[in-house]
Amino acid sequence: MFSLILSTAVRYLFPLMLLFSVFLLLRGHNEPGGGFVGGLVVAAAFAFYAIAFGVPAARRTLGVDPRALIGIGLMVAVLSGLPSVLLGLPFMTGLWAEPTLPVLGKVGTPLLFDVGVYLAVIGVMLTIIFTLAEE
Amino acid sequence: METILAFVIGGLYAAGLYMLLRRSLVKLVIGLALLGQAANLLIFTLGRLLRGRPPLVPPDAAALAGSSADPVPQALILTAIVIGFGVHAFTIILIKRAYQTVDSDDLDDFRTTDQ
Amino acid sequence: MILPCFPHWAGEEGIGEVSTVAITGLERDGMIAAIFSGFLLALLAPTVVRLARRQAGWLLALLPAGLTLYFARLLGPVSAGRTVAVSVPWVPDLGISLSFYLDGLSLLFALLICGVGALVVVYAGSYLKGHPHLGRFYLYLLAFMASMLGLVLADNGLTMFVFWELTGLASFLLIGFEHERESARAAALQALLVTGAGGLALLAGLVLLAQASGSAELSTLLQNGRSLQGHPLYLPILLLVLAGAFTKSAQFPFHFWLPGAMEAPTPVSAYLHSATMVKAGVYLLARLSPVLGGSDAWHYLVVGAGTATMLLGALIALWQADLKRLLAYSTVSTLGALVLLLGLDTVLSVKAATLFLLAHALYKGALFLVAGVVDHETGTRDVTRLGNLARAMPVTALAAGLAALSMAGLPPLLGFINKELLYEAKLQAPRAAVWVTGAGVLANVCLVAVAGTVGLAPFLRRRADLPKKPHEAPPAMLLGPAVLAAMSLLCGLFPETVANSLLSAAVSAVRAQPTVVELKLWHGINPVFALSVLTLAAGAGLFAARDVLRRAGALGDAVGRFGPQRWYQGLLAGLNGLARAQTRLLQHGYLRLYLMTVILTTVGLVGSALLLGGGEVRPMGGLGDVRFHEWVIAALILLGALMAVTTSSRLAAAAALSVIGYGVALIYMLFSAPDLAMTQFAVETLTVILFVLVVYRLPRFAALSGRGARVRDALVALLAGGLMTALVLIATSVPREPHLAAFFAQYSWPLAKGRNVVNVILVDFRALDTLGEITVLGVAAIGVYALLRLRPSSHPR
Repeated sequence: MFSLILSTAVRYLFPLMLLFSVFLLLRGHNEPGGGFVGGLVVAAAFAFYAIAFGVPAARRTLGVDPRALIGIGLMVAVLSGLPSVLLGLPFMTGLWAEPTLPVLGKVGTPLLFDVGVYLAVIGVMLTIIFTLAEE
Repeated sequence: METILAFVIGGLYAAGLYMLLRRSLVKLVIGLALLGQAANLLIFTLGRLLRGRPPLVPPDAAALAGSSADPVPQALILTAIVIGFGVHAFTIILIKRAYQTVDSDDLDDFRTTDQ
Repeated sequence: MILPCFPHWAGEEGIGEVSTVAITGLERDGMIAAIFSGFLLALLAPTVVRLARRQAGWLLALLPAGLTLYFARLLGPVSAGRTVAVSVPWVPDLGISLSFYLDGLSLLFALLICGVGALVVVYAGSYLKGHPHLGRFYLYLLAFMASMLGLVLADNGLTMFVFWELTGLASFLLIGFEHERESARAAALQALLVTGAGGLALLAGLVLLAQASGSAELSTLLQNGRSLQGHPLYLPILLLVLAGAFTKSAQFPFHFWLPGAMEAPTPVSAYLHSATMVKAGVYLLARLSPVLGGSDAWHYLVVGAGTATMLLGALIALWQADLKRLLAYSTVSTLGALVLLLGLDTVLSVKAATLFLLAHALYKGALFLVAGVVDHETGTRDVTRLGNLARAMPVTALAAGLAALSMAGLPPLLGFINKELLYEAKLQAPRAAVWVTGAGVLANVCLVAVAGTVGLAPFLRRRADLPKKPHEAPPAMLLGPAVLAAMSLLCGLFPETVANSLLSAAVSAVRAQPTVVELKLWHGINPVFALSVLTLAAGAGLFAARDVLRRAGALGDAVGRFGPQRWYQGLLAGLNGLARAQTRLLQHGYLRLYLMTVILTTVGLVGSALLLGGGEVRPMGGLGDVRFHEWVIAALILLGALMAVTTSSRLAAAAALSVIGYGVALIYMLFSAPDLAMTQFAVETLTVILFVLVVYRLPRFAALSGRGARVRDALVALLAGGLMTALVLIATSVPREPHLAAFFAQYSWPLAKGRNVVNVILVDFRALDTLGEITVLGVAAIGVYALLRLRPSSHPR
């Protein structure tokens, strides 16, 4: 069910949504946003893409199997808790680098954790949607 | 506003439970979705409602102002919304498979574990 | 560790000062080892049996024999008035420790358990020779022995209870050992249920006792003596503890499980149902008599139950034809007599009870083992068919004769001394001495006849009708009866040894004060002796008339059919019926009716609590500040809900869900939750996509229920919804103090360097929870994938 309007709209919206999601993720610590909602936006973007151009195209664009993303996301989240253990602090104690970067603000392990959440949410949503769409 | 939401929550619960009590498989899914919304709204309302005071620390302050909205219910609900979606999707697929396997969408036909 | 124990038991603190005897800690560590080595060997037993097929019995008996020697070594210190105590913390928070304690009473039991245990283990090796499950049998038997040791050595009440239950469990397995037989399974279950129910009562009693006295350690309780008897909980404690003791020791009206337990292999009957387990109740009464004894309630209950049991057991025994049932009922009678003596609560009665315990274990153990030999060699246990065995089995006959004479109370056997002491104690009973003595004489007359029927008639009777030609039993099966019978004789000939070393210490423990027991074989001619002679003469008369009695017994059995056994069966059938009925009622398999039950129960309970508790509904703030668009959103959500419920189209229902979802998102946005609003919008979008993908592959909405069911369900749902509304109204009208929120509000920026508090909670303060949540999400996604992609290839479709 190809639709010209949809495919044209998605062509322009898709990169914007991806950009927006990264923006949501990075500013989430200080402003509304974060890994959950960022991940959902990416998933929605790919879902639209799949509807417009088909699931195989969406999978090609994503480049990774969404199931692998679930694993990667969980791994990143767990790893973000380890640096503190190496320093003898309890697991998942937040650690922050001193220099403040533009856009990001302070960089630290909680941000890494949020990236893990972001990846896992993308993986979960797209696993579900792609599997269903291919059914 | 809490008063109105109390009735909204009650209405959502009633609708959700009514759908759960149906014999049709698909209505069960709708009922679960309604209950999910009702529960989230319940937690949100119990944390009290404030207009325009999100729990964000102002750039010039070190702590949240005392009159901001409660962040704890919000944190609870945020994950509940996303998990709700995941579980919801799982339920739909489970029901679809059950329908295929048992060849019926009448829950009364799901009385035994035997074929 | 050895402590002086009189006048009171010293606590753990007193250890330092009293080390006048060289203490090595060997005794202390030995006691723990003694108990747990039994469990260890039990686990190894099947392997030992497999490796040492024929000699397994002898090998395994080394442990109980060694333990007997270990406990015998403690005879010296303990009879000098010392006790051994050891404690290992177990559940320190609840004041439960794995503490053990040995005094004269425990030592008497420990010696019986290990000594008789060793003989029975050897005996069983031959009795069950070639049995495919001999290893399993030894596993159960040794586990039972260890549990029994734990029971009599336990100091902490709850430790004792654990071992008490372990003995019940092990005996269940032993009674049901020949589980192919229906009757063995039924008897095992009966024993387990009766003693198990009593065990629960005992647990309650021990917990109350610990509460009332402030200590769960028996040794501490004993120090406090009878101070508890004025306590309001005294009577409940007494009743519960007695329930435990009476069920375990087969007192009327719980006596019926013991004859039933004769389904067990004979070595088990000899061990559990004469020498050890059934005596556990007696042990408990003796152990707690310094605490609970002496009151009127104690006297009437214990003496009453004991007397009834003693008479009933003796009478029923008269008309039994099966050797084991004869012995079982006479054991019931003896247990009654023991309980009766402890109920009298005089120095003399306790002396008599302690001696009786020993004498009975010796002769009854021997007789049970003899019954097993006879059964094994002749193929029958029916006394009307047995006879003329003395020539073929001289050693067995000798052992049986000695044991029977001891049971009948003839000099110079221990049973004679015992009977003299018994009568003396009953004659000097504080209340109703004539009646108590009369009952005792009557029971003993019957037991004399039983002793003759069991121990003499099969060997000396002229007539015989045997299925097999009898031979003398192998040595392993003769050792037990011979040793026990010889002990009956030796203890009778040299009573001073027994009295001084063992009984004095045991009696002292029960009386909680130093008491000297002096036993003599010959007391001279006195009223007690006259009673003894009378008993023997009358018993001989009954023995001669035993065949007549057995025929008359049909009448007794007819009456017995309405006895406690019948009550037990009725109760069990009723319980099963109740279980079936409620399962049929509740487990019907209709999901919606299960849900209905849950909903109505919740509404009923919460609703009634609200009505009764007067939850006050004070709407907060009223409706004045509600803005127009908020009214619209609320109305949209409710309309969406109504539409989802009433529509007959799947697509319309999905659309209605979307309306609700976006409406809720708007509420989040309006009321200071931007994160929630964004998440909800994104999720709703994805939900729409999800529905677009699947909605037409789902079955259509079907209206399967009738109109009546719909109205009923609508009412239930509205009731539940109304309850939720009321709950929200009540909850929001109560002022709230958000402690958690205050913490996060204050530390979000300084500690976590984040200004969005919701996000800080998710990724920093409660990051571990979030990790769990995204894991759940991952599992849900994998579940979806697995359900759709991975299908069993062998599926019928």
